[in-house]
Amino acid sequence: MSEAVSALNGAEFNGAVRISEAGLLGMITLRGDLEDAKLAAAVKAAVGLAMPAKRGVRDGKKGSVAWMSPDELLLMLPYAGADQTVARLDKSLEGVHHLAVNVSDARAVFHLEGRGLREVIAKGSPADLSSMGLPVGEVRRTRLGQVAVAFWLSDEDHLTLICFRSVGAHVFAWLKNAAAEGTLPEFLG
Amino acid sequence: MLILTCPYCGIDADETDLAPGGEAHVTRHGADASDDDFEAYLFHKRNPRGVHFERWRHVYGCGKWFHAARDTMTLEVFGTYPAQTLVPPKTLQTKIKKKRPDWKGFKK
Ligand SMILES: [Zn+2]
Repeated sequence: MSEAVSALNGAEFNGAVRISEAGLLGMITLRGDLEDAKLAAAVKAAVGLAMPAKRGVRDGKKGSVAWMSPDELLLMLPYAGADQTVARLDKSLEGVHHLAVNVSDARAVFHLEGRGLREVIAKGSPADLSSMGLPVGEVRRTRLGQVAVAFWLSDEDHLTLICFRSVGAHVFAWLKNAAAEGTLPEFLG
Repeated sequence: MLILTCPYCGIDADETDLAPGGEAHVTRHGADASDDDFEAYLFHKRNPRGVHFERWRHVYGCGKWFHAARDTMTLEVFGTYPAQTLVPPKTLQTKIKKKRPDWKGFKK
């Protein structure tokens, strides 16, 4: 086995907000009928969490789960356990139409921390970043600049952003530019 | 700028989060169709001034295809609805008729 390295190996930036690449994180795309009780049970077994509401994110001790579309979830858990969890999902969902894929190495993850997160993202996304448009705990899939991203706030000062690994360096550069000291309009709370 | 509410994830999506898919409810004539039908399917798209039904994809969002009814002159959006239908919902047609009494109604 080669040694796994995340997209930017934990790079950090301190500006108007603090940005850090999250390092290795286990991520599994799970697609199927989200109304199916068997799927819900498999999610519970994998990350110890109930099915999230539409656009919701749930956090727990074993991991997190995010609602990505009416038939898609993103499970997040420690990196080392991802392959094993996919195998367990496939086993418990045998005969149930589904797809479980370990996408850990295909994504880059960033943590943003500090006041003004909403404004950093709002500089490049058409999504409504007001507290009404994006409540805490709700996933938004949209674009940042010209690339697809998903992000959510776990509280007003902490945001997680996921993009494709191939654009990880671009997104980091983009975020650093958007978070340059003294450039936030201080309009959104 | 056009904002359409995705009927699948419920987000008011900006035009730049969407990909256009052209005219909605087009009958897709296959290889066994007459030349006239096939030509009509390939080339004869409606492009009305006024009420129009279109396909859109929430490409940067949940990824789903859906339908939208809007006025191409005013950009007023009458409504959006799921892709799993061959005709616009009756309630939407009624709503459009109320707002645009001159509208001749939906024709396949
Ligand atoms: Zn959507």
